[in-house]
Amino acid sequence: MAETDKKDIDAHTGVETTGHEWDGIKELNNPLPRWWLWVFYASIVWSVIYMIFMPAIPALPGMQGYTPGLRDHTERENVHNALADLQTAREPQFERLQQAAAEGGIEAIEADPELLRFALAAGDSAFGDNCATCHGEGGQGAIGYPNLNDDIWLWGGTFDEIRHTLEVGIRSDHPEARYSQMPAYGADGLLERQEINAVADHVMTLAGLIEPTEAGETTGAEIYEFQCAACHGVDATGDRMVGAPNLVDNYWLYGSEREQIVNSIWRGPFGVMPNWGERLNDPTITALAAYVYLLGGGEPDEFAEAALLDRDPGGEAGQ
Amino acid sequence: MNLIDRRPQMAPGIARSDAEAVNDKDTRELYQKREPIYPKLVKGPFRRFKWIFMALALGLYYVLPFVRWDRGPNAPDQAVLVDFANARFYFFFIEIWPQEVYYITGLLILAALLLFLATALFGRVWCGYACPQTVWTDLFIAVERFFEGDRNKRMKLDKAPRSFDKARKKISKHAVWLVIAAATGGAWILYFYDAFDLVENFLTGEAALTSYVFFVLLTFTTYTLAGTMREQVCTYMCPWPRIQAAMTDREALNVAYRVDRGEPRGAHKAGDSWEGRGDCIDCKACVAACPMGIDIRNGPQLECIGCALCIDACNDIMDKVGRPRGLIAYETDDNIDRRLKGETPRYRFIRVRTLYYGITALIVAGIMLAGLLNRTELELNADRDRNPNYVMLSDGSVRNGYTVKVLNKAGTERDFVLSVEGNPAFDVRVLGEETGETLTVDADETRDFRVFLTLPPGAIDSASEPVTFVVEDPASGERAETQTVFQAGGR
Repeated sequence: MAETDKKDIDAHTGVETTGHEWDGIKELNNPLPRWWLWVFYASIVWSVIYMIFMPAIPALPGMQGYTPGLRDHTERENVHNALADLQTAREPQFERLQQAAAEGGIEAIEADPELLRFALAAGDSAFGDNCATCHGEGGQGAIGYPNLNDDIWLWGGTFDEIRHTLEVGIRSDHPEARYSQMPAYGADGLLERQEINAVADHVMTLAGLIEPTEAGETTGAEIYEFQCAACHGVDATGDRMVGAPNLVDNYWLYGSEREQIVNSIWRGPFGVMPNWGERLNDPTITALAAYVYLLGGGEPDEFAEAALLDRDPGGEAGQ
Repeated sequence: MNLIDRRPQMAPGIARSDAEAVNDKDTRELYQKREPIYPKLVKGPFRRFKWIFMALALGLYYVLPFVRWDRGPNAPDQAVLVDFANARFYFFFIEIWPQEVYYITGLLILAALLLFLATALFGRVWCGYACPQTVWTDLFIAVERFFEGDRNKRMKLDKAPRSFDKARKKISKHAVWLVIAAATGGAWILYFYDAFDLVENFLTGEAALTSYVFFVLLTFTTYTLAGTMREQVCTYMCPWPRIQAAMTDREALNVAYRVDRGEPRGAHKAGDSWEGRGDCIDCKACVAACPMGIDIRNGPQLECIGCALCIDACNDIMDKVGRPRGLIAYETDDNIDRRLKGETPRYRFIRVRTLYYGITALIVAGIMLAGLLNRTELELNADRDRNPNYVMLSDGSVRNGYTVKVLNKAGTERDFVLSVEGNPAFDVRVLGEETGETLTVDADETRDFRVFLTLPPGAIDSASEPVTFVVEDPASGERAETQTVFQAGGR
């Protein structure tokens, strides 16, 4: 080999140099370890085998698809199958849940520790995926999105009522959706600003938030009687038939500050909850209803209520 | 450690025998290829003791997983079991849950202290007799000797050209090594699953993947560590030889060459006088017997594992030449110096160092024992909900939610009574349980309960008040409590 003559051996180390030189600095040619080199070659061979058997090369620009490989491997299908397997594995539990809910309601679920644990776990995961976006991770709610932990329910808090609300939604597209609409008194010009301020005064007085004001006790009370009492009730305790909130409890869905209350009367809140029956299957909705009910604020059925009141006056949840 | 150089000058005119201290620190080079060591078989009390100890240690290792221990119907009946799937460790009457891993820590500390004590008294007895590396290497050398013969035959075989006979011997040796290594790895995994089930599942290919992985891993390590690496593990890999020097002192017994008696050494013909010379006839029987490839006559050295085989080898020679035994013996550095100075030797086992190690070990053992005896079979944890922090109800009451975990470590299902101490106005509700009823927890299980505490508006005194959950087993009177708080918001 002609190259042999040009071999440049570094004097200090006795190692051959690569022959490259920068300002008198030469690079020693210390070869890669043999094992490293073999692993490198093996990786190249492996990549060719991989390309033959697995999806690898995308189609040319302007064309669709890729080389599918001989093994016909798709990760999408694997995920699909894994989910189906999971569903199958949980099927018996969900069936038991459905059956218990149909036959004995929430009491039957509560009475069976294993079923209770399953309902809470399944409900928790479905809640995190679907509900937490609006209602919060722990169902604690936010302005405009009800807190699901307390005993205050606009449309009813028994297990069946919660289940129904989940299924048909509130002001959703479902034909049986729970529906009502509070007029936008200010935006639609039904009341003057002074009148709205007066009725806000009146409502805040009723709730015990402020001392009675003159405008509130005269104009405000009059407007309340004609405009609000039909839905919110003469005593302002609300009406679940139309989802009208109780105005004298401690909870304000749209805030208890004066400007928040004025704003609610001005624009007329129109909170929407989707009809989940369209997106989630029945057993999931049952699990969700049980989970929300068991967050602590669920109301017993009238049937069970008497028994519970008899036993535990402290559990006299939300009337 | 005593670092006085007592290395004797070689007596002039003595022809070296074939045995070389190939692993001696002064002669081995940093980058040199390993010089094979061919330890010669010796006979004597130490060798006999090592055989017996090996049989016991290996027997214990292989038999222990199959020993049964009845713990009732709800727990495994294997005496020693690390049950990863259920997060339990069983050791005869002891059962340890993951949060009690400090018992294991305590056990390791106790083991370390006992090791210190043994080292301070008798030198590296752990290395010499009990260390798995020593036990398995000893066994592997025995196998090697069985197929290839003793020292000289093995050396000759390795130098011999390739032949059918050589191949047969080498292949047999490695095959038996692999079988032993596989049995070692195989027995290891038995400590992690029910041994009888695992043997069956393992052979039918139905055991968990981890079992096979660890089987292969430990087979490989046993084969390489005991078969091909041997003394290199002790010399280069193990930290203990470096540490143990701090545990010994000049009065610790060690395997030592008694310079005071042996020097000046030299060849000796039958009938020659022993006047004016030492007892060492420089036969190098001690070097030939050494599995570490060192010369014990060079004094204490890091490579020496204290296996005492050189004592047997030398005693045999002393008997033959008619001199008293014990030229190489368990001896203290101090006594060797005392004899050189003409003083009488003395042995003190009770020294500040041994007292210190012994008392510390006793204290740790006492703490461990007290801990184990007072181990409760009932534990309670309460996690307060953080999201929402508290719930305001329609009438102004405030509710907090808790996840209460009751740990029943007993082997039977038990009924517990839950009570709450703190504000007397607390309303307690347990999800899924009738008020006032007992909470049932299965044997050896943890069960979570959702508990709601509610305070009416009039009873709320501060934004946060302490709460104590108490569970009690009415049958045994055992109780556990845990403190947490009740949040009522900023008011």
